[in-house]
Amino acid sequence: MTEGRIVKVSGPLVIAEGMREANMFDVVRVGEMNLIGEIIEMHGDRASIQVYEETAGLGRGDRVVSTGAPLSVELGPGLMENIYDGIQRPLVAIKNAVGPNITRGVDLPALDREKKWYFEATAKRGDHVVGGDIYGVVKENEVVRHKIMVPPGTEGEISELLSGYYTVTDPIGKLSKPDGTTEDIIMMQKWPVRVARPYKEKLPPNEPLITGQRNVDSMFPVAKGGTACIPGPFGSGKTVVQHQLAKWSDADFVIYIGCGERGNEMTDVLLEFPEIADPKTGSSLIKRTVLIANTSDMPVAAREASVYTGITIAEYLRDMGCSVAVIADSTSRWAEALREMSGRLEEMPGEEGYPAYLTSRLAQFYERAGMVRCCGSDERIGALTAIGAVSPPGGDISEPVSQATLRIVKVFWGLDSSLAYRRHFPAINWLNSYSLYKDRLAPWYEKNVAADWMAQITEAMRILSAEAELDEIVKLVGIDALSASDRLTLEVAQSIREDFLQQDAMSPDDSYCPPEKQHDLLALILYFRDAASRAISGGADIEAISELAVRERIGRAKSAPTAEYKREFAAIRAEIDAEIASLGGKR
Amino acid sequence: MYREYRTIEEVAGPLMLVRNVDGVKYDELGEIIMPSGEVRRCRVLEVNGSDVLVQLFESSAGLNLEYSKVRFTGHGVELPVSREMLGRVFNGMGEPIDGGAKLIPEAVRDINGTPINPASRKYPSEFIETGVSTIDGLNTLVRGQKLPIFSGSGLPHANLAAQIARQAKVRGTDEKFAVVFAAIGITFEEADFFISDFKKTGAIDRTVLFINLASDAAIERISTPRMALTAAEYLAFDCNMHVLVIMTDITNYAEALREVSAARKEVPGRRGYPGYLYTDLATMYERAGRREGSTGSITMIPILTMPEDDKTHPIPDLTGYITEGQIILSREIYRKGYLPPVDVLPSLSRLKDKGIGAGRTREDHSGTMNQLFAAYARGKEAKELMVVLGESALTPVERLYAKFSDEFEARYVNQGFYEDRTIEQTLDLGWELLHILPKSEMKRIKPAILEKYW
Repeated sequence: MTEGRIVKVSGPLVIAEGMREANMFDVVRVGEMNLIGEIIEMHGDRASIQVYEETAGLGRGDRVVSTGAPLSVELGPGLMENIYDGIQRPLVAIKNAVGPNITRGVDLPALDREKKWYFEATAKRGDHVVGGDIYGVVKENEVVRHKIMVPPGTEGEISELLSGYYTVTDPIGKLSKPDGTTEDIIMMQKWPVRVARPYKEKLPPNEPLITGQRNVDSMFPVAKGGTACIPGPFGSGKTVVQHQLAKWSDADFVIYIGCGERGNEMTDVLLEFPEIADPKTGSSLIKRTVLIANTSDMPVAAREASVYTGITIAEYLRDMGCSVAVIADSTSRWAEALREMSGRLEEMPGEEGYPAYLTSRLAQFYERAGMVRCCGSDERIGALTAIGAVSPPGGDISEPVSQATLRIVKVFWGLDSSLAYRRHFPAINWLNSYSLYKDRLAPWYEKNVAADWMAQITEAMRILSAEAELDEIVKLVGIDALSASDRLTLEVAQSIREDFLQQDAMSPDDSYCPPEKQHDLLALILYFRDAASRAISGGADIEAISELAVRERIGRAKSAPTAEYKREFAAIRAEIDAEIASLGGKR
Repeated sequence: MYREYRTIEEVAGPLMLVRNVDGVKYDELGEIIMPSGEVRRCRVLEVNGSDVLVQLFESSAGLNLEYSKVRFTGHGVELPVSREMLGRVFNGMGEPIDGGAKLIPEAVRDINGTPINPASRKYPSEFIETGVSTIDGLNTLVRGQKLPIFSGSGLPHANLAAQIARQAKVRGTDEKFAVVFAAIGITFEEADFFISDFKKTGAIDRTVLFINLASDAAIERISTPRMALTAAEYLAFDCNMHVLVIMTDITNYAEALREVSAARKEVPGRRGYPGYLYTDLATMYERAGRREGSTGSITMIPILTMPEDDKTHPIPDLTGYITEGQIILSREIYRKGYLPPVDVLPSLSRLKDKGIGAGRTREDHSGTMNQLFAAYARGKEAKELMVVLGESALTPVERLYAKFSDEFEARYVNQGFYEDRTIEQTLDLGWELLHILPKSEMKRIKPAILEKYW
């Protein structure tokens, strides 16, 4: 326990002397209020400390005590349905303890120490276990079976292990270690947030994260274990897209990090998720969700830590052999927190004042995603998908955070404010977005959804880019100059945009669209295209085709309830045939 | 008592360095005693060994290194608050300037406040009827929302803000309602416009005014909005009132912040504004809302003028990332003489979806809103095309859309600053305008609703 004294206070940065024996990245308690801080630089016996709470009231000579341990998270039963701040303090418990506003120096354990969980042993006495092996399970709620694992780096023979009701810190058994000592087995693990949890090997991702969003699954899919980013100016619907992904992703767990964003958005998640049924389990979505909230009015230093806290919890859940999605909104605020600390440390700034290590920090964060063979003897596979929002100033993605992110991630969903003004949501620009997983994931879709999946998507993309070219011509010479088939292309592209790409997050039947329905919906639009195209070569009038009544019905097809959409789609096809045929008849 | 120091070493711009102090805390309030006996206030920005860097809240004129003294008060900048603040006028530092009696405080609050725990926020969902069609119908305001007005120099944002303050109500309730108004570096005339408008309508009795005029010390502006918000928090969360906070002009605030940052020689972010501008603005804006343990609310309308009408300028840009939408005023609409000149398409209220629909406004609200947006956007596109190619190049339907967009601006957007439309009038007007278009174009409206209201 090193104890030092404050010599300098400048915003969230505190410098203390007499800290020679403290370690880099140790957590320290600062001042009379025991504020939590972390050592980020050492100069002789002076330590630079970033303090995770408001520092008003600190002064020279105040005490700083090192805890001798790095910033860590507590991992074990009780994580689910919880909302934490950036350094994993439980916000609901804080509310119950100190009232509706967050006061300083609150010290509550992240995992409830009182609550007893039923631990069911699956390993038995005499088993030899290594890090990652499973002692047993705790049924945390109706959806989550929380596997209690041997912490990484631990090895030995179980000399005692009993099922029963325990708190997270009660001994559930004893482990004889190779060096002859024995230690108690407890359910809770601790892990330093800045260190990635180990795994056996990384695997190339080959399965899509199904999100129920047509723009994502069909157009720009992300793999389980992949990385994606959503840059967009304000008002372009970033947060709605993020919420949709958090709601409908077919991951076993979702970690939602609200990093420097609006308080009401976190409240929205907190209030809404318990009400929504998970399409996979039928139980409420909150059961599999952990929220990390550092809203924009909460201390800025904890913002820097919040993404690490979130991804460490995600890695722990991944280690159980599960698929986990981490959704961070927004990494720009995290980068700004880095910039602020860097400025206070008087470091030489890089581009736009951001520190020179911005890119490497971002890369380290996204590299913690991936599909892995987990530690332990049973060869489980886990996947961690990382999705980050970026808030570029003025919507201009040439700024450093967007550019650094784009160099790392494989999927880019570019949001466009001109689409948002037209109330085209999600406002993902189909012309400049991309997914580098598209080809790798094609076999999965072709096997599990439809054989013509890729062909159909490619065709749709071709029509959309043809539209962009034709639009240029229309702007110059007017629509009358186009041939009938080009005008049909425009009509079909409009249909793809409005009837397929637009998806209403508020509509109960459209908010989640399963891949098969996505495929059939696009097939329906292309079916119309083919029928109309035949009619045009037979001499039908394009004006008449564009005014067919069935087109409105195609427009409403996406909101057909999932259970009965097939019948509706078949009926629409029949109507397309009938109306196109009647065109031919009239002529 | 507190020790006094005669060790002022440097004064430069809004900053002052004091040497050889002891026991001074970060963010502590200090008082400078001038040789004349006058007291000015300052705040500790940095403690470095036995030196402290302080920021002045008032002008440094007359300050004398030899004879001026500094004492530190042992607490941060505070505001005495009381229910009696209603109807009173304060300066930017929270001192009464209306010549009235001294306030007897019911509590004393630190002006920085504390963050609201996101777990104890209540989601804003009560519809506020402002009587302005473009807000009620298309960018609905709800209690506890922060919805800024992005304006430009010479646009009538003050009139719109005054109109909202005058007309805003939550229907079916007669709960206590108050206005807190913070004038941040605006001209006397603009401040006077608000005050006389509040007086004329009798709203002054339920209004607290904090006035920092353009002629007052720029540095005082850093405290003004926080003073106002501290008063608002007391009225909302301690006295359970519904408080509307109007702050004008945030651009002046950000400039004062930049002045301090530049004097400290901090590494600047975009356009010379400090890198922490986002965090700083957020600690103000996020004080709006509703929370558990109180029935009151703070609804916030910050007003800012966009330099060169540029929405990507750091101040509107960062504001837009924090607030729950924005109302943007348009010079083009203003030139056409339509008031209030709201630019409908880029304006947005993020919380509208929870505040509209059956039981709150009317069942057809959501569908007609989307239809009006889409139709207006299409109409404007058609008109652009018309400029290039002439009217004959448009299809008949596009011509109808162009007509719709003209009518929409002339009747829906244009209502003047003194017409108070109910939400039903606004919605009915929307339907009337949609009749310009064929019924088959109503793709955004649910068939059942369309049948009932068409």
